[in-house]
Amino acid sequence: MSAKENQSFDVVVVGSGPGGYVTAIRASQLGFKTAIIEKDALGGVCLNWGCIPTKALLRSAEVFENMQHASNYGLSATPGFDLEAIVKRSRGIANQLSSGIKFLMKKHKVTVFEGFAKLEAGKPAPRVIVDGKTLTANHVILATGARARTIPAAGLEPDGKTIWTAKEAMIPQEMPKRLLVIGSGAIGMEFASFYNAFGSDVTVVEMVDRILPAEDAEISTMAEKAFKKKGMRILTNTQVGNVKPGGSTVSAEIAGKAETFDRIILAIGIVGNVEDMGLEKLGVKIDRTHITVDEYSRSNVEGLYAIGDVTTPPWLAHKASHEGVICIEKIAGENPHPLDANKIPGCTYCQPQIASVGLTEAQAKEAGHKIRVGRFPFIGNGKAIALGEPEGLIKTIFDEKTGELLGAHMIGAEVTELIQGYTVAQTLETTEKELMETVFPHPTLSEMMHESVLDAYGRALHI
Amino acid sequence: MPIEILMPALSPTMEEGNLSKWLVAEGDTVSSGDLLAEIETDKATMEVEAVEEGVVAAILVKEGSEGVKVNTPIAVLLEDGEDKSAMDGYTPGVPAAQTASPKPEPEPAIESKPAAKPDTTSQSTEQKGDRIKASPLAKRIAKDKGLDLSAIKGSGPNGRIIKADVEDLTSTPVDAPQAAPQSVEPQTDTTEVGMPRGGGAAYLEKLGITPGTYDLEPLDGMRRTIAKRLTDSFRDVPHFPLNIDCEIDDLLAMRKDLNTQTMEGVKISVNDMLIRACALALKQVPESNASFTPDGIAYHHHADVAVAVAIDGGLITPIIREAENKGLSLISMEMKDLAARARERKLKPQEFQGGTFSISNLGMMGIKSFGSIINQPQGMILSVGAGGPRPVVKDGELTVATVMSVTLSCDHRVVDGAIGAKWLQSFKRMVETPVTMML
Repeated sequence: MSAKENQSFDVVVVGSGPGGYVTAIRASQLGFKTAIIEKDALGGVCLNWGCIPTKALLRSAEVFENMQHASNYGLSATPGFDLEAIVKRSRGIANQLSSGIKFLMKKHKVTVFEGFAKLEAGKPAPRVIVDGKTLTANHVILATGARARTIPAAGLEPDGKTIWTAKEAMIPQEMPKRLLVIGSGAIGMEFASFYNAFGSDVTVVEMVDRILPAEDAEISTMAEKAFKKKGMRILTNTQVGNVKPGGSTVSAEIAGKAETFDRIILAIGIVGNVEDMGLEKLGVKIDRTHITVDEYSRSNVEGLYAIGDVTTPPWLAHKASHEGVICIEKIAGENPHPLDANKIPGCTYCQPQIASVGLTEAQAKEAGHKIRVGRFPFIGNGKAIALGEPEGLIKTIFDEKTGELLGAHMIGAEVTELIQGYTVAQTLETTEKELMETVFPHPTLSEMMHESVLDAYGRALHI
Repeated sequence: MPIEILMPALSPTMEEGNLSKWLVAEGDTVSSGDLLAEIETDKATMEVEAVEEGVVAAILVKEGSEGVKVNTPIAVLLEDGEDKSAMDGYTPGVPAAQTASPKPEPEPAIESKPAAKPDTTSQSTEQKGDRIKASPLAKRIAKDKGLDLSAIKGSGPNGRIIKADVEDLTSTPVDAPQAAPQSVEPQTDTTEVGMPRGGGAAYLEKLGITPGTYDLEPLDGMRRTIAKRLTDSFRDVPHFPLNIDCEIDDLLAMRKDLNTQTMEGVKISVNDMLIRACALALKQVPESNASFTPDGIAYHHHADVAVAVAIDGGLITPIIREAENKGLSLISMEMKDLAARARERKLKPQEFQGGTFSISNLGMMGIKSFGSIINQPQGMILSVGAGGPRPVVKDGELTVATVMSVTLSCDHRVVDGAIGAKWLQSFKRMVETPVTMML
């Protein structure tokens, strides 16, 4: 290939995370000649350094915890672990899935370019320069994702040794004895959970008044209780300052008092990957590292779109994928519904698991809804007892007038697999009536979803 | 620019008709009011009048054509001074704006049905049939709001009606109280408002009409509102009509004159002038600008003139506010905008609720005179018939003048005969001596 080679496509997708690669597949299905550009490994952060490898780690933690409680089930086991093997398994799974994406791209005839993309002004869409080649397209979709937020001025910056972001925390060489997790969102709590399970003394510091601040307050409270019971130290309404690495340890000031840790994990949010691509020169509208787009992911520059973490929240893989599909279907002249942020579920894979969709109780009230709230605890569910998982809650929030399912919030075993039932219900716009009429199989955890709905109308059966 | 003559809707239910005879030929010069063609519908044969002056440049639909859809261009006029070259590159029906307002300049109170009708059938059929596809949530919200789902277009998969579709409807006129002055259909048994759906067949069968011999169109929100409000008015308001003939030769001449001097894009219609005449008459006879209330008679400070506009599936009455303070150009521009948005059902409630007087014009459909039902709580409504040459006696001599008959329906609780007559005199003076309108 010559250095100045020109290639033209209908659609060029920049970034191959769950937003980008799904968009590329859908584009190809719709008959577009499609290219995708990746600077690193196919699959992006989600698949290589995020969702998937952490789930692999957390699975190890879960099995380890179960081993420790083997006697509860009439079993005996000598719990022990090999950190290197745990990490190796996690990396192996990431690699396996990344090659899966390679196969998917080939199958759907999506041309893959390796390298860092830069954009130049052009019509009908900006030109894309990658690896010395100029790609022209009618539509360029940015799916460049995001990375961990750091605050160098406050010392909140990874040094690769004692101060980690999620990426370093995913490939530990040894278990830190004392671990400080800064930030109690989904990422922070998952790592806190993982390291706590393998014996680290974990301290979680959260700036606001409760952990998992995006969740319903009731769920946050239950989660905090559960984590504390597992031995975690949780400090809310607290700030960390004066972080100083000191050889093999790191010191930090918590609530004015200096403490020493072996490692610190920064989980203080994300920033969009918008730099060095020439976006400023194109005049792309960017709001605090995230590209401003309309409901069909169109940026303010003609022919340029953005989806996923590089745009507006929620910053979730499944949101990126869905957004990409809507974006490309709209381009193809189809008539997709814009994404309703309220119908995007969120899952946190700590122990206990947390899953939710829609409005929290406080948000629903704030939005002016007169609500009905249903609750059903795991202790009332046969399957939960049989599993040895009697702790947890399923909470549902309905609009009293219309019966609309405004939100659902769950904590407990396997709730991340349950939440989809409610998202289907929300998308189909069922009311409490259809949910009540639905037959849930016995014995399953899902029965609690039914009971929670019944409870909202004073009709719960098993409580 | 070429002016399209469209197949008119001669009745509210007309969807197509036969072009039985052309009364003009290509090259003929026509002026407003000239007869152009004879149209035959399933009900009657009617003549189509020219509403613009110009030269017939092309006849697009041949004499004897059957089943010509309403709003199909049937001929093209060129305005004075335009030559055939204006037709270059012209394709009938292409300029969307023109198709949307089939008669760019006639009295806009009643427009023929918009061109959208044939286009929407494909969409609405998705929802016809026995089952209306709607989400449970949409159904419940619709029920709470009293919306009729059969009148709502779904945006979900396969036309399914979803929450957003019914939520959006709060601002449409569907369940808002709205004016509906002249009933185009005689008031027969539509008084049975609120009868459960599905009761239609049983109801008719009791009255001796065999099921299967007709199509039952479910009532949509607008139709329900029209039925309810007009029934209430016809039952509760003691109506009486007053007729008067007005010679409008001077008015037509002045309009022609004014239109040579208006700014670009403004073309004053007869109806615009009548709106102003009504407003000024209301000002001159303030006791007629009144509403009956249980506690007393409200005398309005301003003449807010509601103008009946026929739209697809019903009619609506956008309002020219404080029309007594508005000149003809402004009235004309506002009316054009209101009528266009009325046809798209995009009026805001405040734009069609709360007038103090209504005007309804069926002149362009050849109606000589008619009486309208009062649009409560207004005290009067004026029904405007067709203007045409008629014999009149002047100074003992028989002569011909262009005469327009109007009928004022009054609510006797607030407007007595003498007041109504005084108003009509004032109106007639303005129309016959239009220069007084300029004062």
